[in-house]
Amino acid sequence: MTLLTTVFAAIISTIIWYKNAPKDEMKIGVLCWLYWGASLMWFVDAIFEYMELQAEYFTPEPVDMLNDFYLGLSVVALGLIIWLAILLIKDPKGVVKASLFKKKN
Amino acid sequence: MGCFMVPAAEAVITTVVTKTMESKEKAPETMEIQLDGTNYETVEKITFSRKLKWLNNLLWGGSALLAFEHVWHGEVIAHFPFLSAAANPTDLAEMLHEMTTTGVAMSVLVTVVWLGMVAASSVIEKKALKEQAAKN
Repeated sequence: MTLLTTVFAAIISTIIWYKNAPKDEMKIGVLCWLYWGASLMWFVDAIFEYMELQAEYFTPEPVDMLNDFYLGLSVVALGLIIWLAILLIKDPKGVVKASLFKKKN
Repeated sequence: MGCFMVPAAEAVITTVVTKTMESKEKAPETMEIQLDGTNYETVEKITFSRKLKWLNNLLWGGSALLAFEHVWHGEVIAHFPFLSAAANPTDLAEMLHEMTTTGVAMSVLVTVVWLGMVAASSVIEKKALKEQAAKN
């Protein structure tokens, strides 16, 4: 469930990135790297878990599924927080600077 | 248990390599390509350090989110030795086994995907150069 949630987050962020490319004013690319990197790593984790559990891997207990989904959503939220921090620090549109320094007329 | 540390270690190495390459690399060459299929635009060729940054981003991004998962499961702790499995020899052996299997496989998969991206970008670049040659 964590893998699935992250893969969906990766796909959605890639679509948004592609829609606005080559401009990346909102630094959506950061989200793509974060979620695709994590998705690839969790995919490997899933393969190893499948090798251990076999078909049982696809029939998890509802409580485990819910907990994994909760984790997946938390991971997506953390990714968004990292992205937001990078966006505000790099400030490609100069919004933070503009709000800090008022123009003198 | 500690699988994310293998790609994180790779990320440290590739980041150092990227920074070293960036300082040694010359200004990127330019070429003219059709971005929208009609007009030719002057663009910079992709340097190897830029390609390496893709790998860095994948590795750092994945490691960061996986580290969070380990915190979630109580495998990463706030005090020494920072990994709960490192506290006793049985768990430590299990952790090292996971690092050498799952962790290494994670690094390998991410690197293979990155190699695919590098190969795809080279094909696109060569195709654009052919078009440029045909134009001239």
